[in-house]
Amino acid sequence: MSAAPFGRVEAPALFRYVLRLGDLSLVLGQRLGEWVGHAPALEEDLGLANIALDLIGQARLFLTYAGEVEGRGRDEDDIAFLREHGEYLNANLAEQPNGDFGNTVVRQVLIDAFQLELYERLTASTDQRLAAIAAKSVKEVRYHLRYSSGWLVRLGDGTEESHARAQSALDTLWPYTVELFAEDELDRMMADGGVAPRLSEVHAAWDPRIDQILGEATLKRPKDRAHSWHGKRGQHSEHLGYMLAEMQYLQRTHPDARW
Amino acid sequence: MEDSRQWPLFEVFVRARGGLDHKHVGSLHAADARMAIDHARDLYTRRQEGISIWVVPSKDITASDPAENDSLFEPARDKIYRHPTFYEIPDEVKTL
Repeated sequence: MSAAPFGRVEAPALFRYVLRLGDLSLVLGQRLGEWVGHAPALEEDLGLANIALDLIGQARLFLTYAGEVEGRGRDEDDIAFLREHGEYLNANLAEQPNGDFGNTVVRQVLIDAFQLELYERLTASTDQRLAAIAAKSVKEVRYHLRYSSGWLVRLGDGTEESHARAQSALDTLWPYTVELFAEDELDRMMADGGVAPRLSEVHAAWDPRIDQILGEATLKRPKDRAHSWHGKRGQHSEHLGYMLAEMQYLQRTHPDARW
Repeated sequence: MEDSRQWPLFEVFVRARGGLDHKHVGSLHAADARMAIDHARDLYTRRQEGISIWVVPSKDITASDPAENDSLFEPARDKIYRHPTFYEIPDEVKTL
């Protein structure tokens, strides 16, 4: 194996880690994009689309970097659109279907808070490139959480029906949060190398933040349960397949199409 | 969820940069003031149009009655001496 050109971690490991970051944004951004034209109000349509575009922007930065780390000449488009199902390394939570607006809001709050705590710490990464991407993205994510948590409080502390729907979405999506913080060999390697923060540290910051939002929203925090999905290792639900079929259609039908 | 058309209307004012006034840029529907700020941010400042946003419930704005335009605004018409154009500006004054 060649010497590690990226500080204290090997390139193939860094490549996979950067994919985890990029794919989380990419898949969540694509999901939010599905709301365009369908949101409950014109203003929300724009709000969700803006967040989607922020996330796609983050994905571009991460995936471009991943391509450089990999060193096989793949660019952001190759990586975003021409990989197979099992090569996407986003946590499973991101690919969960939109469901109703409340379900989308819950998914968003959980991931926004995760990205916020992660990026804040990633700005101190020994990897200059990741630190720079995190510094730019953390401002966006702070707004995303403002938007999504505002909605969660409005729905949770709203009518009987909006409360019930928000709670049910939370109960459904909560188990997927376990994977966000489940540290595996790759996460450990990145933390040891100073590239990424410890996930336990991110978790410790995420917890009170989420508790506060759920408290305001008068929602009950579900119990953590053991999980059996490993999106971060490329094992995905069937939902991702349908999403990718739509997302990759254009690029695969008209390779290198330009506007 | 309530139909967005039943959400109250807010007027939006944006300050383009420091030193300038907030200018009315439009209106939007939102359930509350915080949501109105979020929407205004997405609708009116996505191309860097502003550094500060005010939102005001439209119902709290008292407007002049167009039917009273004659009595309110007509009397000013023949008082052009109120315009400062009658005064000669000394050369020493550079910016006015």
